[in-house]
Amino acid sequence: MQTNQLFLIFCSVLLLLGLAAFFAGRSKATRVRASGTSMYAQPDQYAWFAVVATAGPAILVSALGAFVMLVMGSEIPTFPLLLASLVVAVVGLGIGMVLIRSNFHARQAIERVIVWTLAGAATISILTTLGILISIIGEALNFFQMHSFWDFITGTTWAPGNSFLAAAGRGDGSGAQFGSVPLFAGTFMITAIAMCVAVPVGLLSAIYMGEYAPAKVRAVAKPMLEILAGIPTVVYGFFAAITVAPFIVDVADFVGLDASFNNALAPGIVMGIMIIPFISSLSDDVINAVPDTMRQGSLALGMTKGETIRDVVIPAALPGIISASLLGMSRALGETMIVVMAAGMRPNLTMNPLEEMTTVTVRIVAAMTGDLEFDSAETLSAFALGLVLFVVTLSLNLVSVIMIRRFRDKYRVNNL
Amino acid sequence: MNSQAPEATPQHAPSVGQPYTRNDEASHDLSIRVRDLNLWYGKNQALTDINIDLFRKNVTALIGPSGCGKSTFLRCLNRMNDLIPSVRTEGLVEMDGQDVNAPKMDEVALRRRVGMVFQKPNPFPKSIFENVAYAPRMHDLVSRKADQDELVEKALRSAGLWNEVKDKLQEPGTSLSGGQQQRLCIARAIAVQPDVILMDEPTSALDPISTATIEDLMDKLKKDFTIITVTHNMQQAARVADYTAFFHLGEIIEYNDTKVMFSTPAKKKTEDYISGRYG
Amino acid sequence: MSDSFDQISQQLKRRHRKSARLKYISMGALGLAAAFLLIFFADMLSKGLPAFQQAQVNIEINYTEEAATNGRAAVDPEIMSVVSRSVVRVIPLEMRNNPELLGTTQNRWVLADGPVDQYLKGNRVRLDDEEKATIDQLVENGKVDMRFNTTFFTRGDSKMPELAGIMSAVMGTVMTMIVTLAIAFPIGVMTAVYLEEFAPDNRLTQLVEININNLAAIPSILFGLLGLAIFINFFGVPRSTPLVGGMTLALMTLPVIIISTRTALRSVPESIRHAAFGVGCSRWQVVKDHVLPLAMPGIMTGSIIGLAQAMGETAPLIIVGMVAFIPDISASFTEAATVMPAQVFTWSGEPDRAFVEKTAGGILVLLAVLISLNASAVLLRKKFERRW
Repeated sequence: MQTNQLFLIFCSVLLLLGLAAFFAGRSKATRVRASGTSMYAQPDQYAWFAVVATAGPAILVSALGAFVMLVMGSEIPTFPLLLASLVVAVVGLGIGMVLIRSNFHARQAIERVIVWTLAGAATISILTTLGILISIIGEALNFFQMHSFWDFITGTTWAPGNSFLAAAGRGDGSGAQFGSVPLFAGTFMITAIAMCVAVPVGLLSAIYMGEYAPAKVRAVAKPMLEILAGIPTVVYGFFAAITVAPFIVDVADFVGLDASFNNALAPGIVMGIMIIPFISSLSDDVINAVPDTMRQGSLALGMTKGETIRDVVIPAALPGIISASLLGMSRALGETMIVVMAAGMRPNLTMNPLEEMTTVTVRIVAAMTGDLEFDSAETLSAFALGLVLFVVTLSLNLVSVIMIRRFRDKYRVNNL
Repeated sequence: MNSQAPEATPQHAPSVGQPYTRNDEASHDLSIRVRDLNLWYGKNQALTDINIDLFRKNVTALIGPSGCGKSTFLRCLNRMNDLIPSVRTEGLVEMDGQDVNAPKMDEVALRRRVGMVFQKPNPFPKSIFENVAYAPRMHDLVSRKADQDELVEKALRSAGLWNEVKDKLQEPGTSLSGGQQQRLCIARAIAVQPDVILMDEPTSALDPISTATIEDLMDKLKKDFTIITVTHNMQQAARVADYTAFFHLGEIIEYNDTKVMFSTPAKKKTEDYISGRYG
Repeated sequence: MSDSFDQISQQLKRRHRKSARLKYISMGALGLAAAFLLIFFADMLSKGLPAFQQAQVNIEINYTEEAATNGRAAVDPEIMSVVSRSVVRVIPLEMRNNPELLGTTQNRWVLADGPVDQYLKGNRVRLDDEEKATIDQLVENGKVDMRFNTTFFTRGDSKMPELAGIMSAVMGTVMTMIVTLAIAFPIGVMTAVYLEEFAPDNRLTQLVEININNLAAIPSILFGLLGLAIFINFFGVPRSTPLVGGMTLALMTLPVIIISTRTALRSVPESIRHAAFGVGCSRWQVVKDHVLPLAMPGIMTGSIIGLAQAMGETAPLIIVGMVAFIPDISASFTEAATVMPAQVFTWSGEPDRAFVEKTAGGILVLLAVLISLNASAVLLRKKFERRW
């Protein structure tokens, strides 16, 4: 509470100083101008310059100070820090006022600050990626100090069971096994099922919309697919768990097969439905980008429309279609809620999609929602899994970007 | 030159409604007969009362200022205009005595007999060999691999491209130069063995040397095919065409033996156009 | 001499059939996608609509001395089994707040117990025949009735299904989205303006661009790991709060806003910029006074779509602890909260069957919000769409 009040006072003082700077700056500039000297900029621009000179350094100092101390791990002495910032603000105000002279380019100075601020904002996205990398790699390294990387990659048993005992100081955790192969097997199985649904349906829908559909159908179908894309994954997860999975169990029963209620098929199919719009919309764009002269060339040879699509349009659009599928695949691999709600928790190395299987993301969520210490092996294993997930999806995304670029360069399309 | 209409098509001179000179060097075998053809893009009429007889195994050039309907007319002959939903046509286009626009006429079958070469070369994203072999294979013109190779070679030779590409048949068609690509497209068209080849300003995107090569090619190809070419280049029409039709604002102003047309045009408009006063 | 038309047409029959097949197959694929959507909505509606109805009972409440300490005493014991426990529990509190109630009797419609509600909706419940007969009797007498479920829209979460509502999650969503927008919108627009209008075309800029495209495709759960490791563990932002949830979602929404803003900026024709430069504007003035106002509709559309995406996101919020049991409605940035999709997730895990309809009901509310957001984005785009 103390900190909050201090912070409030700091903000209001800074605001007051800023206001003072604005009016003082403007009045000085107006005075100079009234005396007949021509100035480089408008009085308001000088006023804004004074505000920037006052508040900018102060905010910078307080933020930097807080950050440095956080990095060094020491307690932040709030009061001295904020006080120092205020002093900086007053000094800034003074310097700003002195600088307001007829031969000073206030507008240029402000705009330089603005451009630097914009550039600063642009680095946030880089920092985000770095943040993800650092946080994941750091904790993953901690994990690999406890368990060997090789076992993690090649082990076929995922049994983190005893690690919490070790974290609590009882037992040595030797019973815990972190072999991620079953998790990846489950992930790839569910992804494969999803792609089997999404690629044909998405691609064929795109073909229908791009080549056959009358404008009216397009006008209905496009928003329909967008709705499909806008449904939250948690909703899909509920649908998979409560409607699709029991249905699959019933069907399997009917044909005499044994299916688990947490079978891999239900989340796979529903994930496929989720990915349809990604594939169809990108494929649609790509198919539309194939030059019409190509189709005409084929039709003029006496090809039927179907042959033209199959043998000319699709091969021409192939890089884009592959790129769309890779993007869809990367989304399926990283999809969390559907599998958390509909797939199983038990790692299971099997080829039977009717059995219960678990995935990487399910284990990450399980590790993060348990009541475990943060530095227990199981919690840290989530970061190791996250690292692999990051690497795999990153490579898929990059390949996809390269393919779409190649397509774009080939047909000089700009809107992809 | 005499001004008597050819006997094979007695009705055509009066319906065209203009002096018509028989080209004694060319064939007078009727290939395509067009009567009272009208065409609209939505509400805009693009072709008005077109009447023309196109003769087998010679080169007919369609000239005229841009937007005069010559390309639109060309695309009526293989029904490429069907691809544009707003287009409506009336009138008769007859090939071998069959109405091209009749409901029972299959436009795919029509296009199989009326090939087309486009303004910009548009090879398929396949190998050079596949570009040529694809359509004959789909049309069941060849069954054995050897036949196919032979057909491709023959088509590429006819298009004057064989010597340049025989060592790189598996490379993509798009790797060729513009002029080579256009000849590849011609080879692709003749490999289907059509009766008629339509050419829609085939040299407008090419450099002068490639243009000359294609013009030579047209001259050779007319031994086997009926060629109808659209061009905005009057010298080209004068060089390659046996007959020339002058289009203006969607109408045929004059249709005549090329030599006659360029030396003694019958209409003032034609004269203005070929002497470069507009267009 | 080539074949005549008839011969060719004969050969073509088979190929035409094949061609038509592709058309019908592809039409079928689109139809399949439509069917999925239809089945999905039908399923959600049939499961979720009952949640908007709630059984209520008309009871007589006797505010006696005894009832001031034991709420059960206020209600006829015969009917007690039908009434929700939550009703009797608050009677003593009610009397303490309003002492004048003592000695009076009131007739009121109150919440029925969960199983009663489920029984009346035709679901399987663990009630014996005698209890069922009682309920049927009460329904006949007009003492029990289905009414619009206001509780669902005004209350927070509860372990009693008849008392569980979505309001605390709605509040949490609002607070979280405020944080998300407050961070993502300015930073996103600033980044896009910098990249599109100011940045030199060098390696660094290209790196930023590739990075942004890649960020848009990173699995959302990894953002959760980032939020946990950086925001919570390193910066000490309190766990489970709208603040940390909003910050995490902001990073996820950032690429969406950046990409759509850049598209909007790019669609402003170069001639406008030239005209503004021509009258002596500086680059910043050109952007501020001419380009940004023209691009604003596009920027807003993109931001609304980004917001809708963030609103439906659950996975990263689970990691930063925003799936909490929140019975109280509070509008705070720094207290534990939950959001709508997280509430849906929590309810879906409840063993009580009555929560299935709560889950589906929550989903319907969530979908209604998301679809209206997206529709407004589409309308905005339509209204301000300009062809240059």
